[in-house]
Amino acid sequence: MIGPSGSGKSTFLRCINHLEKIDAGRLSVDGELVGYQQRGDKLYELGDDAVCKKRSEIGMVFQHFNLFPHMTALENLVEAPIRVKRESRAVAVERGRRLLERVGLGEKMHAYPKQLSGGQQQRVAIARALAMQPKLMLFDEPTSALDPELVGEVLDVMRGLAEDGMTMVVVTHEMGFAREVSDSLVFMDGGVVVEKGKPRDVLANPQHERTRSFLSKVL
Amino acid sequence: MSDITSGQRLGASPGPRPEAIKAIPVRHPGRWVSAILVLLVVAQVVYTILVQAGLKWEVVGHYLFQGLIRGGIVVTLELTVLAMIIGVALGIVLAVMRLSPNPVVSWVSWFYIWFFRGTPVLVQIFFWFNLNLVLPHLTLGIAGTPFYWRGPGTNSLITNFMAALLGLGLNEAAYMAEIVRAGLISVEQGQSEAAQALGMTRMLVMRRIILPQAMRVIIPPTGNETISMLKTSSLAFVAAVPELFTRGEQIASANFNVVELIFVVSTWYLFMTSILTVGQFYLERYFARGSQRELPTTPLQRLRRMLFTLHAPFVASIWRSTRAR
Repeated sequence: MIGPSGSGKSTFLRCINHLEKIDAGRLSVDGELVGYQQRGDKLYELGDDAVCKKRSEIGMVFQHFNLFPHMTALENLVEAPIRVKRESRAVAVERGRRLLERVGLGEKMHAYPKQLSGGQQQRVAIARALAMQPKLMLFDEPTSALDPELVGEVLDVMRGLAEDGMTMVVVTHEMGFAREVSDSLVFMDGGVVVEKGKPRDVLANPQHERTRSFLSKVL
Repeated sequence: MSDITSGQRLGASPGPRPEAIKAIPVRHPGRWVSAILVLLVVAQVVYTILVQAGLKWEVVGHYLFQGLIRGGIVVTLELTVLAMIIGVALGIVLAVMRLSPNPVVSWVSWFYIWFFRGTPVLVQIFFWFNLNLVLPHLTLGIAGTPFYWRGPGTNSLITNFMAALLGLGLNEAAYMAEIVRAGLISVEQGQSEAAQALGMTRMLVMRRIILPQAMRVIIPPTGNETISMLKTSSLAFVAAVPELFTRGEQIASANFNVVELIFVVSTWYLFMTSILTVGQFYLERYFARGSQRELPTTPLQRLRRMLFTLHAPFVASIWRSTRAR
């Protein structure tokens, strides 16, 4: 998903895991409504427990990482699997180790977030989301707060995930990455989807005037 | 006119190092005058207390470790610890209630804080101490209906110690609630969002993510409150609780060595608050983990480092001289 700031990309992403409440329309993930339940022709709001259960199946990565600063990298990874999914510590730690190695931070297992660079923190944050074995991953401008030099390492990890077939919704300003990795591209402005399609088509041959003027500035 | 593009390449050859500055330092006569003035005042105060006041130091020495005083210390510590436990536990509950989306819950918490912070703690202790005058029995429910339960006598439940503890603890809870609330608010919004996105329930987010981080903000003022409580517990005097100050006063009223016993009592209060100050340092250090790249050094570590750096050149020189030989 691309678009100017304030166009509603992040808000849309946050609706997907019900951090934001939708007040019109229907939103479903994997065939199930988010935040509500349909019984007959009536819509029921879901309770806290049900919402939490749904959220645990959707991973989210934030612009500002939002790692838990009082926990080490590994503790960040095992917290939710142990407390939310009630996994045994041994199982969670084992998966945590493997995930940290996968994002190239096997040696930083016991480092606190403050001791890591921005790129490393974001890789830990991705691993933390993956530790819940989500069906879907949401990325909210994952490289926007990073030094240009560190963007590559985070994009590499995301590229790897895409190649492994993970379903991902990514809000980004990295047009090259969007073109290369995504299956479909959405351009948003003023809270609505202006245009969507194959990334190559949208980027090379935008149909809408607004898309054209946005792309002319960022490409 | 020098051109930045011509001339020496920047940073390539530093050239000769400039000569070190050897200047005569500025004199500060004002500092000497103020230091002497302050020392004169201190000397006068010490002289007055030690020589002029005619204190019976042997009495101070005798009562410092006397059994009644020691018993008083124990009661003071009990009061402090228990009142702080009540204060912190109830304070956390009140702070969470205050931030609750439920307006009734939030409002009740606001009212509690308003009331217990707005009346003197001495008056509150006195109130609990005298509650039995208007309420001889503790009751639950409405009289004359089946939903009525008459409990034990008020005085059997609210003893002198209990009256002091309730007064101190419930008052403290109001202050702690505000301290905890400030701590909870200080934790970034993104933290609870990240935790919620992982599927954590509101309770879990509070307990595992928000509170531990809020602790860093909560601990320093809580340490101050504990130190303050240690001294405020002397107000239990009005409920005739045999804590440190009450004991000192009782002894003094029997032998008229009032000032000597004030010295004894003060010495113990000072000693205990000093210990608490040290404890606070280590507690703050523990909860600072992750918030700084490196933890502040403990005095012990600083001492070790100082000794090492002092000795290092010395050790190195010995090493070198033995090697040379």
